Amino acid sequence: MARYLPLALLAIVVIVVQQIAQWSDATYYLTQLTMTAYYSLVIVGLCLLMGYAGQISLGHAGFFAIGGYLSAMLTTHDLMPYQGNALFKALGSLGLLVHQQDLFGASVLHVTPWAACIAAVLTAALIAFCLGIPVLKLKGHYLAMATLGFGIIIFRVALATPLFGEADGISEVPGFTLLPGLTVSGDFAARTSNYYIAWGMVLLTMLLLSQLIHSRIGRALRAIHGSEEAARAMGVDTARYKLQTFVLSAVLAAVAGVFLTHFNGGLGPSEAGIMKSVRYVAIVAIGGMANLWGALIMGVVLNFLSLRGFFGTYDDAVFGAILIVIMLFAPHGLLHRGILRELKNLFRKNGHGPA
Amino acid sequence: MAPELFVQYLMAGVTYGFIYAIVAIGFNIIYNTTGIINFAQGEFVMLGGMLAISLNGLVPLPVAIALAVAITMLIGALLEITFIRWLDRPSVLRMIIITIGLSILIREVALHVWGESVRALPYFSGNEITTIAVLGARVSPQILWVIGACSLMVGTLSLFFRYTLLGQEMRACAANRMAATLCGINPRNMVTFSFMLSAGIGALAGCVMSPITSTEYSIGTGLAIKGFTVAILGGLGNSMAAVAAGLLLGIIEAFSVSVLPLAFQDAIAITILLIILFVRPHGLFGRKDAAGLKEF
Repeated sequence: MARYLPLALLAIVVIVVQQIAQWSDATYYLTQLTMTAYYSLVIVGLCLLMGYAGQISLGHAGFFAIGGYLSAMLTTHDLMPYQGNALFKALGSLGLLVHQQDLFGASVLHVTPWAACIAAVLTAALIAFCLGIPVLKLKGHYLAMATLGFGIIIFRVALATPLFGEADGISEVPGFTLLPGLTVSGDFAARTSNYYIAWGMVLLTMLLLSQLIHSRIGRALRAIHGSEEAARAMGVDTARYKLQTFVLSAVLAAVAGVFLTHFNGGLGPSEAGIMKSVRYVAIVAIGGMANLWGALIMGVVLNFLSLRGFFGTYDDAVFGAILIVIMLFAPHGLLHRGILRELKNLFRKNGHGPA
Repeated sequence: MAPELFVQYLMAGVTYGFIYAIVAIGFNIIYNTTGIINFAQGEFVMLGGMLAISLNGLVPLPVAIALAVAITMLIGALLEITFIRWLDRPSVLRMIIITIGLSILIREVALHVWGESVRALPYFSGNEITTIAVLGARVSPQILWVIGACSLMVGTLSLFFRYTLLGQEMRACAANRMAATLCGINPRNMVTFSFMLSAGIGALAGCVMSPITSTEYSIGTGLAIKGFTVAILGGLGNSMAAVAAGLLLGIIEAFSVSVLPLAFQDAIAITILLIILFVRPHGLFGRKDAAGLKEF
């Protein structure tokens, strides 16, 4: 039962924060909190991969961008010229396409957000699967560079493809109606409901992941992190577990990308940039690697401060500095029980790092 | 393809290839003494170029370059002493994250000092429109400066590692740290020195390439990725093979312009990197059994 206590606590905090914002007439904070929630999805997914399975990924912004860009492209690109095509006729008869009027009254044809979302997330999963098979055989520097390389390719493709808006990105992405009356969009009237949609997804994800890490899979992952050879000797199918975790974390990133894009009404190539991936890694490291709740809390705090413009023009520098300081002085993160002892050791040994 | 155009592409490829090779050798020097990849390697190249450009307003060009290289070496040593020297057997993941953090910090400091503008050193001889004829094609003399300076660096380095006491001590550390320590070599000093050395060669490469390619605060990451590709292609730790691999990558990139849009040029290096990592992680020229002894 202790496992569900933090979840219940999170639910209460989410509701209390919304009520306080309502009373104090500061609902504009809810916008950043909603965005923060979506970024947190990426972070907890990456935390599972880095902290539990022990595999670094410097390309998670790439999966986020795949989700966001595909969904944005499918829901804004006009399919009218292809209307005669048999494939699109079939899609239309399945109800996956919608007719709309554009600004000038002309009729345009788009893919519905639901279909676009599913297509985007499935594509991200497929890419993660195909990439993961060879990439996860690598370790250390090689894995870091390979995933970094993947992230840069996605960034370049987004920046160079006219279909994805090149340097301008894609804008005017329509809202995503989950259920009748429940739409993911930047509409001011829907701010509170969007806040609950986003945090509901975080709660759901945390429930899923905390079940996962206490299951057979979670124990297998921790065995892999400890020693891959030992885990394999004990009969753990290391390649399969690593791949599944990689795909799961990519799917979470892609889902976050889809939802945040519909919420913001657009996205630009900076969402795919290397700094974003590094930022996710930094937050997981600060949270303490194998610590889902730590990653979530640090993710919310740092992303919220960053989105409020708290770090000014030093935004990236702050994340770089945090990375270095944490890795030098507290490689197990800030939020764990041994932190005080660790820091005490640090000073006692006159600047010799914790063993 | 017209023969002049062929030579033109070839010269461009060789020029970039040498620069990639220098970055790769920077990776190799540090990897050999420490077993870590310094993700901030590309930032040394940027710092060298930027410092030389700023100093060039105050002192003559050769002095500015010499000072820029010296300052970058000092920065390299300071970074190592402050952030790496005192760590007690850090894990690979920890080192990756620390050096990535360093590269971000250096880049952000550069952004705040020099701004976003693209700068360049003046051409070492002649100006932008001076050309000389090479096998029927017209190329800038700066290309010869780059090729000359980089080959000189490669030659000097191999002599240094072979014949000087310090070079031999560094090699001893790379081969067997414990045995080197027992012979009275302080491996920590060797690590500091390897950071200085790779910062120095990176900075010099950054100076000679600046007139052709320009320098801005953000060039480091791209160079680091390409340098790493080249280092892997040649086999991590093998500096001579890195030169061959660098030329190969440079030439492939240069000729790719005729078939692919320029925006995808970077993707070529990364695709090669991914393929080589999957197929031959010990490199084109490396041996598999030797690679098995290294920690990836």
